[in-house]
Order: sequence, then structure tokens, then C-alpha cells
Amino acid sequence: MTDTVLRLQRISKRFGTLVANDDISLELSRGEVLALLGENGAGKSTLVSILFGHYEADGGSIEVFGQALPPGQPRAALAAGIGMVHQHFTLADNLTVLDNVMLGTEPLWRPWSARRAARVRLLAAAQRFGLAVQPDALVGSLSVGERQRVEILKALVRGARILILDEPTAVLTPQESEALFATLAQMVAEGLSIIFISHKLGEVLRVSNRIAVLRTGKLVAQAAASEVTQAQLALWMVGQTIALPQRQPAQAVGEAVCVLDRVSTPAGARGRLDAVSLTLRAGEIVAIAGVSGNGQVALAELLSGTRALGDGTVQYLGLPLPAQAALLVAQGIARIPEDRHAVGVVGDLPVWENAVSERLRGGAFSRRVAGLRWVKRAAAMAHAQRIVQDFDVRGAGPLAPARALSGGNMQKLILGRALRAPDGRPPRLIVAHQPTWGLDVGAVAYVQQQLIAARDAGAAVLVISDDLDEVLTLGDRVAVMHAGQLTEARPIEAWTRETLGLAMAGSGASPVAEAAAA
Amino acid sequence: MRLEKRSQASPAALVLAPVGAVLFTLLVSALLVLWAGAPIARTYSAIFEGGFGSVFALSETFTRAIPLILTGLAATVAFKARLFNIGAEGQFYGGAVAAVAVGGLNAGGELWATPWLVFPLMLLAAALVGALLLLGPALLKMRLGVDEVVTTLLMNFIVLLGVSALLDGPMKDPSALGWPQSLPLAAELELSRPIQGTRLHTGLFIAVTLAVALWAVFRHTVLGFDIRATGANARAAAFAGVPALRTAVLVAGMSGALAGLAGAIEVAGRTGYVTMDMSPGYGYTGIVIAMLAGLHPLGVLAASVFVAGMLVGADSMSRAVGVPTYIADVIVATSLIAVLVATLLTQYRVRWRVAGA
Repeated sequence: MTDTVLRLQRISKRFGTLVANDDISLELSRGEVLALLGENGAGKSTLVSILFGHYEADGGSIEVFGQALPPGQPRAALAAGIGMVHQHFTLADNLTVLDNVMLGTEPLWRPWSARRAARVRLLAAAQRFGLAVQPDALVGSLSVGERQRVEILKALVRGARILILDEPTAVLTPQESEALFATLAQMVAEGLSIIFISHKLGEVLRVSNRIAVLRTGKLVAQAAASEVTQAQLALWMVGQTIALPQRQPAQAVGEAVCVLDRVSTPAGARGRLDAVSLTLRAGEIVAIAGVSGNGQVALAELLSGTRALGDGTVQYLGLPLPAQAALLVAQGIARIPEDRHAVGVVGDLPVWENAVSERLRGGAFSRRVAGLRWVKRAAAMAHAQRIVQDFDVRGAGPLAPARALSGGNMQKLILGRALRAPDGRPPRLIVAHQPTWGLDVGAVAYVQQQLIAARDAGAAVLVISDDLDEVLTLGDRVAVMHAGQLTEARPIEAWTRETLGLAMAGSGASPVAEAAAA
Repeated sequence: MRLEKRSQASPAALVLAPVGAVLFTLLVSALLVLWAGAPIARTYSAIFEGGFGSVFALSETFTRAIPLILTGLAATVAFKARLFNIGAEGQFYGGAVAAVAVGGLNAGGELWATPWLVFPLMLLAAALVGALLLLGPALLKMRLGVDEVVTTLLMNFIVLLGVSALLDGPMKDPSALGWPQSLPLAAELELSRPIQGTRLHTGLFIAVTLAVALWAVFRHTVLGFDIRATGANARAAAFAGVPALRTAVLVAGMSGALAGLAGAIEVAGRTGYVTMDMSPGYGYTGIVIAMLAGLHPLGVLAASVFVAGMLVGADSMSRAVGVPTYIADVIVATSLIAVLVATLLTQYRVRWRVAGA
């Protein structure tokens, strides 16, 4: 394993004052899996974007198979044998697998299309690397794991010898991840080289030969996977030791705060609920596990007041759940949305307005004069300042637009807004959808700690998360969502990773078995 | 070539952008003046003199600015909430007709009640008609997702043809020698002209008051927050509890009412009756003004005076130097493009890629 297939030399890239990549040099050998480990914002994505030609580096050079790679040209990168599998798939849902694989490989001016030859190549690649696919299936009908296989095949059919996988397991069930790891092993055995981007330590140690750790744009360490521990990697990644919250069992579980009884929602663009029943009790965290896209959005939106109820009933504190978002908030429901940029804050408006936006209609921050509600600016500003201080929101003053905040600070702002009422009353129900998604380790610990503290203060907490580790850390009871249906919420001790994974895949059929059967 | 987002706009860029936009506008327009065979400096000074150089010139400019301020505000409030009202022209005429319907007279007739009552009713009717004309498209957008750009634009044709039918039918002034012209507004209802020998009327105070009022609503009320939040990010606004339908209806009402008022005030302050050529596209120019003003109500005042000054100045320049008055349209249009590009460049930087690398 000494022949080098890829050599990055002294790559640097700045965006304004931000140094995204600072003098990074890396090598990749034939048949090697190199893990790029780092937190969000550490520069992993920038580095592979430069490698793949999406960005042009400010300095440094790239050599692929001994040849210099011209910068800033994805085409050149493809031609040189670099393939990329993005975290968010770039597939056309309404085309077949074969069409998707062929897309862009044929010259536009050729009047015919060599489908038969392409099919042969696709099936050959599928067989060689153990990636079962049906060439004529519509991509829209495939599961996430299957789509990922198509993405990988797309790169392989184009002759990729170096494969870049960006957070490939983020959207997979544990079993699907296992299947992916098996595929990676086979590809390496065939002489391919792989760059595996992740921020999950356990998985990085499992699949890679060598690990490169990035932090704030710098390459801080490189090591063989066999010679490091998770603790060492975590230290490199974060630069300091941060204690993640440990499981803290619920102390005093109180009365039912919110009861969903056979709730269904109309089929929406982003999933639906199908006869879901669930009881949320004071002083307890219920975690919903599941692969995203199985109705979690519908559940979160329903309890956030932004989606209408179809069938069934939702009782909140013994009364039907109010339908409007402002009323929910006024009655003590704290909401943390999945997408903090697109839904959580209005990025163009200042931090202070975002800090009070949910409660602007109440008497604390506005009064009615001459038929209009006028904002009590001083009171609103003071409350915003309190949130900024108490929740340690850094990076932008109250008058700066909220989009200037980093992800972690934005989430702290949303958390503070949800948990701090102007009258000081704690929330009765917290609905947190992917509360730590994309945050750095420090912010993850902070957010989880706050949720646990709110629970111990007597709130009923619902955490909906794709991240199994988060589900296992926070949940007192855990339910799994699949295809709009929810399993019974069982105590955490009643689940194992395996049973959770099976439930996430639905009706116990594992994707590994499926892949073997196909 | 591609655009990269700047992490933060530098203060120097924010100052230089408008200056650069003005210089660019003057430069482009100068080429056209040169082409027309006129001396550049004299042409520009004639425009400036004609628009701002004397009390009379200023009075004409401000007179012209009054309907522009109101249609500019109409576009501002709607665009701020991302309700793209392209129908201000129709709402303008709707308001003008409503004003005459309430306060118009047959020759020699009497007004039906005291002007103290009729005058506010006249403005109210104009505002209401304008608001109703926009309400339909707004509801279609919110309920069925119908593109309001298309519906409001097409409404203009319907309203203008309807007004035309009225001016040739029930509202026609029999003493107008066959011209399609409405009955005149009662003289008691006309706005007073405080400066002797000019056409400047008190509609200016109404327009400025409304601009300040809209600024206050934007800045200090929950409704203003709703409008700004909806326009900036409708999903986040809905999550924070902004009532989407109510906001859209109120915005449509405010925008349509402002455009309708523009029509009524133009009738009461300048023309005295409705004709089909009373607006040289005030409704559309209002959109240009709103964009020039960066959707800021007080900026609308400045942008309206600028545009009105160019239009008025170009009239007198044309008589003196002989360059067609269209140069005013070129200056306004170029300045809009220049300002939009300049604003873009304060937030993005252009990266040029060397070809063939």
C-alpha cells in the first residue's frame, strides 16, 4: 500500500476573514480508506469541494495518479477518476436507476443513446462491488439506502478510482450502515481508494485505515486507525475535553401533559402520520427514533402548530391542542424546529426580534393602541438581552441580523426563546426536532444538558432525532417511527441498538437480508 | 464569472455603491445625449434647472411626486411582504373613478352633503376600491397558489377597460364635446393650492403623512414585524406564529388602498376629473420607486422626488436643448438597474475565472 494515488499539497482556502483550509497536505494510497474527521465547520467539506473542483483553492496543488489536477473544474476531477457521493443525493426521482447512472455521460449531440452498453456496465459494476440494484426501478421508489447505492454506482460506472463519501451514514439505519461498510471493504479489496467524511468517532475507527483530523481549517493530526482511541480522536477534534451528557434517568414522572390518540394527518409533501398514539408525561423525555422522512416532520409540525390535524385527537393539559402557533407558545409549549435556518429564525431580521418573535402578540411585548399592536421595544430588547446572556449566544449583537450567528449560537437563541417565558414560567411541553443536528460537540452537550434540566424542572419533553446516540442518551422512553406509524413507546432498557435498527427499517425486515436476497 | 457572498459588507462599499450607481447612470445617459448631438453639460444642467432650479420647477416636481409617493408606498408595503402587486395602475384608476362617483357633479348641480362629510367619504371610497381590487388576487394566491404577478397584471387591463367604458357611458361628461372624460369633481372637494401661481396641492401633506405612518407601522408595530418577517422568510414567520392569511389580507388592503388614494388625490388635486391619460404609468413607476428606495417608506419620498424631478426636468430640457424627453425614462431606468447592481455588489463579490485554465 505504498503507491500514492492522491496527493494534496499545502491547500489553503479563505472565505473573507474565515480560513476554511489552512495549509493542508494529505496523501491517499491505493486500496486505503482515509477518514476525514472533524466537527461541522472544521473544513472537511471545503477540502473535498476543492478536490472535486467546486471551489478553487487560494494556494496549493493537487496530484491525482501522478498528474497535476487543474483547479476549479469538476469535469477534470471526474476524468481523473475522482467520484463523489454527496450527503444530499443528486438523483432525479422520476427517472430509472439506469437513466440516473447514464445522465450526463453521453454527448448531447449524439442522436441515439447506448442504453444496452450502459446497462451491461452498470450490472458489471454492481456485481463486482456487491451493490444490488434493479436498473429499471424508479429512483423515487427506492429507500434511502438503495439510493445511496445508486449514487455510489453512478460514480463507479464513470470510472472513479477514488471515491469521496460525505457523511454517508447520516441517513442510514444501523443495518444499512453495516451493508455500506461491507461494500466499502469490497471496493478497497478491488483496489479503489476511499475518502470517508464523518464526525462519528466509532464509525471512523471501524471503517478506515487512516484518520486525518481537521479542526478550524487546520490538519491537527493523522494516525493509523489501529493506533488511536476514541478519546484521543475526540480530543484532537474538539481541542479540549468536553463531557457529553451521560444518561440521567428521569426522577419523578408526573401526570400526562399531552396525549395523542390515533392521530392521522393528510398526506403532505413531507410525510404524514398514520394512527399515531403517544402519551407525554411531565418530567420525562420521550425520544422518537427513525430514519428521517418517515413522518417525523408531520409529528413535529402538528405539535408546533404549523400543520393541521386530520383524524384523531390531541389533548394538551386536558383540552384540545390549540391550532395556532402563537397560542401554543402562550400556553407553555416550547418548540425547537428541525431546520434552524429556514424555520427557526428569520435570518434577515435582527437577533432581538427573533428572540421575541413567538411572544410578540402577548401583553409582555406589545400593547394595543389605536387598533394596532405596538411593540414595547425596551421590554422586548431587555428580554432578548437576557436570553443572549443566559444562553450564552455569541457572535452577533442584538441588532445584527440573526443569520450572522453560527449554527450553535442560533440554536442557543432558539432554545432560549422557547424555554424562557417573559413571566418566568417554565414550559410544560418541549417539542425538539433534531435539536443538535449539525452542531459542534460543545453545543451538542449544551443543548442536551438544557433539555435534561428542563425535564427535571417538570416539563414533558419530546425529542425527535435521526441520531441514535442522541436517542439513547436522552430518551427515558423510546418509540420508533416508520412510514407514518409509531411503535409503542417503551422504556429505554427494553431496546437494543439491534431492535431499534430493525424497527427503523420497518416490520423487522433488515436491509441486509434484502440486499442478500436481491 | 460567479458571485461569492461577502461575509460582511464593508462600510466603504455601502457609501460608494450609490455614488457609483449615480456616476454610472450619468455616464450611460451621457452617451445617449452625445448620440442625440447635444452638449452633455448643458443637457444635464437643463434637466437639473428644469426639475429643481426654481420655485416653479420645484413646485412642478413635487406636484408630480405626489402620486408617485403613494404608488411607491403601495409597492413598498406589498413587496416587503413578498406580495408582488403589479396592479397599482388599475387600483389608481379604480380610486380615481371612485372619487368622482362619490364627489362628482353634473354641470351646475349641488353636492349631496356637506364637503366635510363627502371629502373623507371620497378618500375612503377610493381606498376601498383600490383595496378590493387587490384583495381578490391576494386571496387567490393564499388559497390556491395562483401567481399574483399574473393576476394583478391582468387586472390592470380589466380595470382600465372598465374605466374606459364608464367614461364613455354612465360617467361621461356631456359637456366635454365628445371626449371620453368623467364628470368633474365638485369644486369644494378639490385640494387647495397653498403657493400662488403653482399647481402644488395639499395632497403632498397627505402623501408625506402616509409615508411616515407606514414607516412607523413597519418599525414599531406587530403588523410591521409580520410583514417584514413574512417577506423575509414565510416559513419561519409562520412558525413564530405570524398569521399568514391575515397578514396577506392586510397587506393587500394597505397596498391597494394607497394606490387607490393616489388616484383620488390626483383627481382632487390636479385634474378635477378622470381621463384615460391622467396617469403616465404612475402605478408601474411606483414599483421602480419602491425598488430605488430599497423598500423603505421614507426612502420612497426621496426616490419619488428624484424620479419626478427627472421627468419634469426632461420636459423643459427638451424644449431648450432638443434631446427627446425619453432621456428621463432612460435615466430613471438606468439608475434603477445601477442601484440594484450596486446593492448586490455590496453583498457579493464577483470572481472572474480565467477561461481555458
